[in-house]
Amino acid sequence: MGSTLFDKIWAAHVVSDLGDGYALLHVSRHLLHDGGGASLKQLAARGMAVRNPDLSFATIDHVIPTTPGRTRETSTPFTARITVLREYAAKAGIRLFDVGEPGQGIIHVIAPEQGISLPGSLIVCGDSHTCTHGGLGAIAFGIGATELLHVLATQTLVQRKPKRMRVRFEGERGPGVTAKDMVLHLIGHVRAAGGVGYAVEYAGAAVRALSVEERLTLCNLSIELGAKIGLIAPDETTYEYLHGRRYAPAGAEWDAALAYWRGLPTDDDAVFDREVVIDMAAVAPQITWGTNPEQVAAVDQRVPDPAAEPDLVKRQAMLDALDYMGLVPGTALTETPVDWVFIGSCTNSRLSDLQAAAAVARGRRVAPGVTAWVVPGSEAVKRAAEAEGLDRVFRDAGFEWREPGCSMCLAMNGETVPRGQRSVSTSNRNFVGRQGPGARTHLASPAMAAAAAVTGHIADVRSL
Amino acid sequence: MQAFTTLTAIAAPLPEPDINTDMIIRVERVRDLKPEEMGRYAFENRRFRPDGSEAPDFVLNQQPYRAARIILGGPNFACGSSREAAVWALAGFGIRCVIAPSFGPIFANNCYQNGMLPVVLPEATVQALTAEVMASGGTAEVTVDLERCEVVAPSGARSGFSIDAPRRAALLQGLDELQMTLRREPEIGAYQARDRAARPWLYPTKETTP
Repeated sequence: MGSTLFDKIWAAHVVSDLGDGYALLHVSRHLLHDGGGASLKQLAARGMAVRNPDLSFATIDHVIPTTPGRTRETSTPFTARITVLREYAAKAGIRLFDVGEPGQGIIHVIAPEQGISLPGSLIVCGDSHTCTHGGLGAIAFGIGATELLHVLATQTLVQRKPKRMRVRFEGERGPGVTAKDMVLHLIGHVRAAGGVGYAVEYAGAAVRALSVEERLTLCNLSIELGAKIGLIAPDETTYEYLHGRRYAPAGAEWDAALAYWRGLPTDDDAVFDREVVIDMAAVAPQITWGTNPEQVAAVDQRVPDPAAEPDLVKRQAMLDALDYMGLVPGTALTETPVDWVFIGSCTNSRLSDLQAAAAVARGRRVAPGVTAWVVPGSEAVKRAAEAEGLDRVFRDAGFEWREPGCSMCLAMNGETVPRGQRSVSTSNRNFVGRQGPGARTHLASPAMAAAAAVTGHIADVRSL
Repeated sequence: MQAFTTLTAIAAPLPEPDINTDMIIRVERVRDLKPEEMGRYAFENRRFRPDGSEAPDFVLNQQPYRAARIILGGPNFACGSSREAAVWALAGFGIRCVIAPSFGPIFANNCYQNGMLPVVLPEATVQALTAEVMASGGTAEVTVDLERCEVVAPSGARSGFSIDAPRRAALLQGLDELQMTLRREPEIGAYQARDRAARPWLYPTKETTP
């Protein structure tokens, strides 16, 4: 019997078999954001050294303000967190991409962009959306603070091997359908716990047709279906994307890596513990209506009626969600007025995301009463977007063009949607209070978010 | 790490599905507080109204559940963010064990790092346990026995649970995973030597394309 992509990468990283499905795994790449400074300090306080500083890379994203014109010196209430990371990364010899230099940005945007995340590698970071990097054909997952300390000290991690699930997206994408819509549709289908206990491989013709940036978006939401690992087999699209990137292998090492990577895809006779098939004909542009990514619908649908839900616990969850969101069952989703639009986050802030949003914004105006932000995912994305004039397109349309960071996705830097206001956001979580206490979040693709900004309500991008 | 052997305690029913870690501890608390300061902010959005007063209808504000050390959770308990602060906040509130049909995968790992026991039981079993606890007004205690891998309901009904042997051993003895791994340094060194020879491109020392 053949092996899956996941099994092959897992096997290549086993340092010791600990029995009962457990292994001590080697970490190829450890990514740190500004939350990691405290861990580095803690390690130093315990008198321990970072075992392999050259296998760790750091940047500043979570607490940094994204105010236009921000510099390294811009003060913030959370400067102490940033200072700790700067100080201890420097002491440990860890490469830190700091404010204003190419390489700074959201950690899950910069590591692929800089060629740090590679196929066949094992990548961890103290952030649940580390699954993003699986889009390049890696095992990548989020870890907690204690596990992070373990990685710093030993370059390894103790993990239980998960089961394997394959999701095949078959058929072709319809108009207006993006990778974000594919994965939101999937979460609505298998529900938010559908992937618990699995590593999920995304496959099928519609996945093969995705660009790398779209694959990163697809894998980014794996954790929202309960799987901490999502991955896609590397192929020519992957190699073309990686070749020539700043930290990607070059010369003879590139050739050797390429030969190795070509052996990674799942064998034809490999068996998965669970298989799901999604027919792309059924996937329309999506918008969430609730407080969990599984509470999602095609944008041309109506707010669902909890009375139609037979399961009492689920019905109560729907009632609570609609109450929080201020929505009335039976209303067309497109009749929902919007106060804020946020285009950004590790899900959807890459150049192609901004291009898609700009295509909608071009020649239009943000509707009265709507505040619309564009927060590029990295300094490199920002510069590339400005080089092709996207900043001008957004500014002319009345969007605010900001500096790279996580910003309003999780609002850790104090950039929040005000209480009771409604946001269409390209981020990954519509949890209660996620974008600020009392904020109401609808998740959607960048084009759909831009459509909401220019119409002032949730809008079907296909009808614009 | 604090060892976990057997616990007999008040168990608070929280049967909602998909309770996420943002709900357990808000992001600004993660940012601003030390782990030992987080207990009073566990489930902040649910325990307190926007004006800071207690929300009397939330289970953890009610007697006897204010003294709960066990949570009876719903499916996909503590999904979402990797924040270990979710475990610290629950621990600070007094919780040592969560019993649920399934858990967010990163939360479960974080529990094991902090002497907190996540017990997976079938949904029907958790529901029956919850019903029994609620019928007693919450005063009937639940026992979680890690030595025997059993949950004992107030009625005396026993439900076996499975837990991976390495996790169980570490919890029973309160072992620190890092200390155990440090003993494997020769294996790590040998792995890296092998891997570096086989996959040299994974060991960058500098930029390849400045």
